[in-house]
This record gives sequence, C-alpha cells and structure tokens, in this order.
Amino acid sequence: MRTANPRSIVIWSLVALVGASGWTVLALSRDEEVSAAWMVAAALGSYAIAYRFYSKFIVNRVLKVDKNRATPAERLDNGIDFHPTDRRVLLGHHFAAIAGAGPLVGPVLAAQMGYLPGTIWIIVGVIFAGAVQDMVVLFFSTRRDGKSLGQMAREEIGPFGGAAALLAAFAIMIILLGVLALVIVNALADSPWGTFSIAMTIPIALFMGFYLRILRPGRVSEVSLIGIALLLLALVAGRWVAESSLAETFTLAPSTLVIWLVAYGFIASILPVWMLLAPRDYLSTFMKIGTILLLAIGVVVTLPTLKMDPVTDFASRGDGPVFAGSLFPFVFITIACGALSGFHALISSGTTPKMIQKETQVRMIGYGSMLMESSVAVMALVAASIIDPGLYFAMNAPAGVIGDNVQAASQAVAGFGYSISPEDLAQAAKNVEESSLLSRTGGAPTLAVGVSEIFSKVTGGSMKAFWYHFAIMFEALFILTALDAGTRVGRFMLQDMLGNVYKPFKRVSWKPGLIITSAVVTGLWGYFLWVGVHEPLGGINQLFPIFGISNQLLAAVALAVCTTLLVKSGRLKWAWITGIPLAWDATVTLTASWQKVFSSDPRVGFFKQRSVYQDAIDDGKILPPAKTMEDMRTVVTNSTVDGVLSAALALLIVIVIADAARICVKHIRNPRSSKLSEAEYVESKLTVPAGLIPTQEEKAELAAAKAKVSGDAKAPS
Amino acid sequence: MTWVLRGLRWVRWYTRELTDESAYDRYVAHKRKTHPGASVPSRREFERMRTDQQESDPRQGFRCC
Repeated sequence: MRTANPRSIVIWSLVALVGASGWTVLALSRDEEVSAAWMVAAALGSYAIAYRFYSKFIVNRVLKVDKNRATPAERLDNGIDFHPTDRRVLLGHHFAAIAGAGPLVGPVLAAQMGYLPGTIWIIVGVIFAGAVQDMVVLFFSTRRDGKSLGQMAREEIGPFGGAAALLAAFAIMIILLGVLALVIVNALADSPWGTFSIAMTIPIALFMGFYLRILRPGRVSEVSLIGIALLLLALVAGRWVAESSLAETFTLAPSTLVIWLVAYGFIASILPVWMLLAPRDYLSTFMKIGTILLLAIGVVVTLPTLKMDPVTDFASRGDGPVFAGSLFPFVFITIACGALSGFHALISSGTTPKMIQKETQVRMIGYGSMLMESSVAVMALVAASIIDPGLYFAMNAPAGVIGDNVQAASQAVAGFGYSISPEDLAQAAKNVEESSLLSRTGGAPTLAVGVSEIFSKVTGGSMKAFWYHFAIMFEALFILTALDAGTRVGRFMLQDMLGNVYKPFKRVSWKPGLIITSAVVTGLWGYFLWVGVHEPLGGINQLFPIFGISNQLLAAVALAVCTTLLVKSGRLKWAWITGIPLAWDATVTLTASWQKVFSSDPRVGFFKQRSVYQDAIDDGKILPPAKTMEDMRTVVTNSTVDGVLSAALALLIVIVIADAARICVKHIRNPRSSKLSEAEYVESKLTVPAGLIPTQEEKAELAAAKAKVSGDAKAPS
Repeated sequence: MTWVLRGLRWVRWYTRELTDESAYDRYVAHKRKTHPGASVPSRREFERMRTDQQESDPRQGFRCC
C-alpha cells in the first residue's frame, strides 16, 4: 500500500473543491445570471482530477504501458514519417490535428437546450469516453507500428466488420464535408467583408506555396509569418471592400457560394499538395493555436456572464428551432468533437503513433490533447451562452421559421419564449457590419458574435466588427483546408475501393482515375451542400443530426476495436474501460437514428416528415415553411434521402458491434483460437520523460543517460 | 537577459519542430548516422520528396473536423 504525502493530499483536495464548487453553482443557480468563471472552474477542476487519477489508472493498470518497450518511432526511425518526436512538439502536433471547427460548432448548436446539458456532456464525456478512446487507440496503434483504425478493424475483428468500418468512414467523410461547407456558406452569404477576406486566402496560400517550392524550400516559419501578416491585411481590407463599389462583386447569394465552393474543392484537390493544401495548412495551424490561446485568455480575463438559461424548455419538449428532438439523445450527438469524436481515432491511429517516443507518453498525448480540445468546446459553449438568447435563436433558427425581416424574427423569437426587439436585432447586425444576422445557422456566426463580444471587452467596443470577421475567417480557413484534405482522403478511399474492380484506380498517379474519383467525392459532398442550402426546413436543422450520428458511429467503431483488443489481449477484467463508453455511444447513436427514422413527430422522423409532405402534395396543399409546390417536393426528396441514410448508418454500426462481439465471445470461449497482431518486443534505448514536467525520478534517469552518452545534445531543455 | 534569450531560442526551436521546418536537418542527421557514406539530397529535392509522399497518401497529416 502506497502512502500519499500530505502536500499532495492538500493540493488535490483543493483542486477537487474548485471543481465541485463550479459544478454546484452551475447546477443550483436558477433565474439568476451565472459567471462563466464557474463553468471554467468546473471544467478545469474535473480535467485535473481525471488526468491525475483516471488516466494514470488506465495507463498503469489497464494498458500497462512499458517504458522499456521501443515504440515504432524508435524501431523504424527513417528520419521522415517515423521518428521519435519531442513530447511537447507532438502534443502540439496532435492537438492541431484533432481540433478544428468541430468543437466550435457543436456546442454552439447544443446551446439551444441551455448551457448545462452541454457542459455536463462535454466534461463527463471527455473524461470517460473521448479522451479514453483517443488514448487507447493511440496505445494499440503504437503497439502495431502505427496501423490505421481501418487496418486494425480488419485484422482484429475480421473482413466483414472491417469493410463496414471502411464504408462508414467514407460516408462520414462525405457528410462531414457537406456540413462543414454548409457552415461556411451560411457565414459568408451576403457578406462582402467575409467573402473577400476568405477569397484572399487563396492567392496568399498560392504565394506561400511558390515561395516554399521555388524561392526558399522548407522555410516554413518565415513564410508563415508573411502569410499571417497578409491574412490580417486581407481581413482589414475586407472592410474597405465592403464599403467600396466592389462590395457588390463580393456579395454572393448562398447558391452562388455553393457553386464556388464545389469548384474550389474540386480544383484544390487535384492541384499538387504544395500549391494550396500545404501552405493553407500552415496558416490554419498558426491561426488555430493563436486564436484558441487568445480565446482562453479572453474568457479568463473578462469572465463574462452567461445569459442563456441553464436548461431551456426545448430540452424536454424537443421542438427546438436549431435542431429537433429532445435532450436525450440529441445533445450527445450534436456535441461530438470536444466530448467524444470518432474522427480522432483516425489521427490517433495514423500519424501520431509513428512519432511517439515512449509508450508512457500516450497519456499526455492522447488523453491530454483531448482534454485540451474539450476545453475549446467549453469556451465555444461560453461564447454561445453569453450572447442574448433572443439573438441566439434569431441567428440559429431556419429562415422558414424566422422570416426574412427583423420584425418577423422578433415575433418568432417571442414565440420561442425569448424576447429581442427588432431594433436590437438590427443593431446587433450593425455592430459587426453585416447586413443581417437572421438565420445565420451553422454555429460559426454565433460563435463569432460571442468571440467578438469577449475580445472587444478587452480591446474596446469599436473593434467588434473586426473580431467578428476575424473569428469567421479563422473558422472558414480551416474548414476550407478540411474540404481540400477531406476530398483527398475520400478520393484515396474511393480509389482503393474501385481499384478492386478496375486495377488502374489503385495507382494514385493515374490522372483519369484521379479526376474521376475527385469529381465523385466533390459531387457527393456538393450534393449535400446544395440540398442543405435549398432545404426549406433549414439545412443545418436537417443535416446536422446526420453528421452527429455518423461521427458518433465512427466513435463506436473505434471503441469496438478498442474493446475487442482489450479482451483479446487478456484484459477482459478491464474491458469496461472502453466497453461502457461503447455501450453509451451505441445507445445514443442508435436511439437517435431510430428516432430519425421512425419517430412519429414530423420534425424529428424523416419518414413521417416525408409522408406528411407527400400527403399534402397529393391534396394540393402547401405546408409552411415551404412556400411553393417545388419546396414541397424538395422536402419529400430530402427527407427520403436523409431517412435512408440514417437507417444505413445505423445498420453499419450494428454490423460492426455485432462482429466485434462475436470475436470477443469467441476469444473468451477459446482464448487460444484468436491471434493478436502486435509488433514484436524490442528494448528501448531512449530515456525520455512521460509527462510534460519530468518527475524527480525521471530527472535522475535523464542525468544518468546524459552522463553515459555525452554529446548529441541537440534539443534544448 | 539570458532567460529572455533562452525563451526566444526555445520558441524558435518549438516552431521549427512543430511546422516540420526542421525535417530536412533531421533527415540529414539520420542519414549521416545510419549510412555515413551515402549521398544526401539537397533541401529542394528533399522538400519535393516530402510533398510527393503526402500526395500519394493523403491520410498522412490529415486533420480532423
């Protein structure tokens, strides 16, 4: 029995007290405004305790990480993709790879249920599900030379489950890209400032690309500095353009933006990587880390007051305007990134395992990065909850519900049980120099308003418009990068699948194949984007739940693989570590799909919706929010596609889980029948700390190792 | 002043590592150590090789939503 020293008992009791007081205030406050400080306290206190105790328990007792076992980075070091990377660098790498627009969008939309359900799910979800998934996948992939999730599913579960997992990953990619593009369109529509600034990122990226390719190869930091300076210039210039005669050129209708985006996505994905993708990625990484730091400082310095209710009536009634359905299960699929995100499994099982120095570092990289992403989601929730709820609903309800002028919107908001005057709505738009903020669905504009509120408190009120557009640009930047990169990944998967039918497709350099598959992938997500923009019921309202379901479906695949591996590697006793999150995730996702398919509420169930509108068409009637017969037919088509898609996704998840369960049962019955494809044991020669700050013991080891091999001291401490 | 300098040096080292600007130096060092006699590509050639590799497997360096 170990004994804890008194000092650490005192410290951890204090941390627990901070977290507990945060939760208490959040949970007990009714009808009074609460400071965001309590949300921050609840989050940070819980993260600290989870990291210190739960993640340590998992790495030591369950995974039994071995600091003497060489990682693929050490064994297969080739100086390029496999190389032992300093843990602090890898933390930045991994975090920049997992955190994107996701943790910023989901929490904003989920704020319609109030801030409390979202906060609880983000914090509890990350501790017991999201961070665990990221860390365990990272660990198992590290033990398998950095194999991808798909490969692990195929090898450890079987070809059937593996194929289902692959198909799911492809479907998810398409829906993700469609929804992300829709978020951009909603933010940039009729906004010359935003459209100009974003358009300018293309020449800036091209310039950076040529600089790195021709002028000074590899000088990334200097070109990124130039790029960021140009980016800020483009942002400032956006205002001049919006006030000049050029404004009209950059004032684009949503359907025009769709065409531009699809064309951009197609061209960008067939251009060489160095031209657009690589430089844009540098820009968005710097912007991402910089803005997130700024936002964290802004929230802590200003400690704004939460104006949203802790729990709104929509949570139980399920008739919210942002997305339909009640708290369970829809909050848990709306907030994916930040709590539990299947996509992370693709990062944890691809790039990162090839760079990690020590198995012991999976805790800091896998669990730690995910806690950081979760805190980004908490900040997004803060940003959405500090703006006037009336404004929040006017911005996030579909146009069909809210109308197209401030008077109608004000009335519609009153119908939801909140109030905002038409003057205030007009003023809010004027503050950020937009023609209108009504129905700017998708989360990004709402977040931008919240961010501008926080930042302008620090920099003075006159900067509101600048910060709003800064936030829009920051999100649009990495969504555009995601469109390009995602189209390439989707294409790669498609080439691989088609290669089984017609060989040349497998050769990624085969130009016709490249163009065909690029066109197919862009066409597919372009379809969802087009549908989303023209959906009378609101694109985000209809599509976001499917996106959430598909992302959580991928998480179910990842957790099923983890659970199977825990069982197969003789850790049956600990299978609940990922088994319980899997059960929860499956329950949530399947309930959501069930409701989306079978619910008798036409707002929730796609097929019910379809039949209601079809019956009306047969009777020659037009149901609001549709305005024409054409709209009616659009609703019928879309709800059919969405319903079939929800059902198909649910079917895939059931297949993967059933196949994984079969393997687990088989292993338990006859442990010797199953084989584990783990890489061989090689002793590690590296001496590196496990966590951010080396312990006393590690310091002594480092000193001893240094004395043994003097010289080769490259990395400064 | 020394700690300011040290701090700046650390930031420089960190950004170079994070953006993979140091990839070439790392590769050369690796090559020199493992194949002392072998020729080393120029920085230009190396950077091209790296983007070509990303081209052929876009899953490398993929970013999440």
